Amino acid sequence: MPVTDIWIYLLEGPLVWLTLTILAYLVGDALFKASGGKTTVNPVLIAIILLSGLLLATDTPYGTYFVGAQFVHFLLGPATVSLALPLYWNRHLILRTALPMVAALLAGSLVSMLTALGVGWLLGLQGVSLLSLGPKAATSPIAIGVAEKIGAAPSLTAALVILTGILGAVIVTPLFNALGVKDYRARGFATGVSASGIGTARALQVHPTAGAFAGIGMGMNAVFTALAAPYIIGWLFA
Amino acid sequence: MIHALAILLSCQLAGEVAAGALGLPVPGPVLGMIFLTILLLTVPQVGKIVQDLAQGLLNHLSLLFVPAGVGVVAHLDRLGPDGPALLAALVVSTVAGLSAGALAFAGMLKLLRNTDEAPRAGN
Repeated sequence: MPVTDIWIYLLEGPLVWLTLTILAYLVGDALFKASGGKTTVNPVLIAIILLSGLLLATDTPYGTYFVGAQFVHFLLGPATVSLALPLYWNRHLILRTALPMVAALLAGSLVSMLTALGVGWLLGLQGVSLLSLGPKAATSPIAIGVAEKIGAAPSLTAALVILTGILGAVIVTPLFNALGVKDYRARGFATGVSASGIGTARALQVHPTAGAFAGIGMGMNAVFTALAAPYIIGWLFA
Repeated sequence: MIHALAILLSCQLAGEVAAGALGLPVPGPVLGMIFLTILLLTVPQVGKIVQDLAQGLLNHLSLLFVPAGVGVVAHLDRLGPDGPALLAALVVSTVAGLSAGALAFAGMLKLLRNTDEAPRAGN
């Protein structure tokens, strides 16, 4: 069989894009480590850029890519369940910070939502585009559910969630250093609330305590956004 | 490893079933996380079984977001003419939300005189 035929045969199965997804991430991770852990050298961002360029260059539709990548995507579920472990290890720290967590949840979640809607409105966004900004700080399944409920575009909201996460992961360390917030409980929790999963991944890279609090922040904002966001956004746009 | 996988997937499955059956607005895996926490509190030995796999998944949590991220880029043109305004709103709100959350948390710690020995960023 000629090499081109083998290649065409392989591209129809999941192996090629699954392998490339992992290799692209390893390249990103190696660059991240080579940079001495610089936040701007984000492994997710590098992998996304590499793979997107490859899809574009080879004229591969996303659906074909996802046939392979879905195996990696699926692991998000068990990984979320795994967050129970850092939560359990840090349980004594967590139990003593109930009030700070509630305060940070309300502040982080409401400020994220209101400034997103406010800036969008000031810049002339209307209708579905504006509404889709509302739930974007929450983890994707929640944000998508809220978007459906308030008449926003679920696919746009899903994209905004990912972009928020990448943005958060890149800016979080210099931002908290500038603010002078050094406590890893505060840094992690706020990151989970405002930058959900990708923010939590970043927090886990930095410190296990930050990772544990990020996981709780993400979970608490999931519940809060699911329950409160439809009412808050409905009231704002009534 | 298979035992660990069985425990993680069972918790996720229980979470999905509970979320669906009770009509809860929480994603199944988040409920699964709560179930595994309860399991760890009642049967601490479970920690030893799931530890390696869970830690392995969490060490590379970033990787798991790559497929969804590539999807965003593939559909970036859907942002359309609203793209710049949406991105501006994202930048401002993410900076503001992160700052508000971290300052509120740190402020409450101070107010409550919570001086627990917690790890801090050294710089």
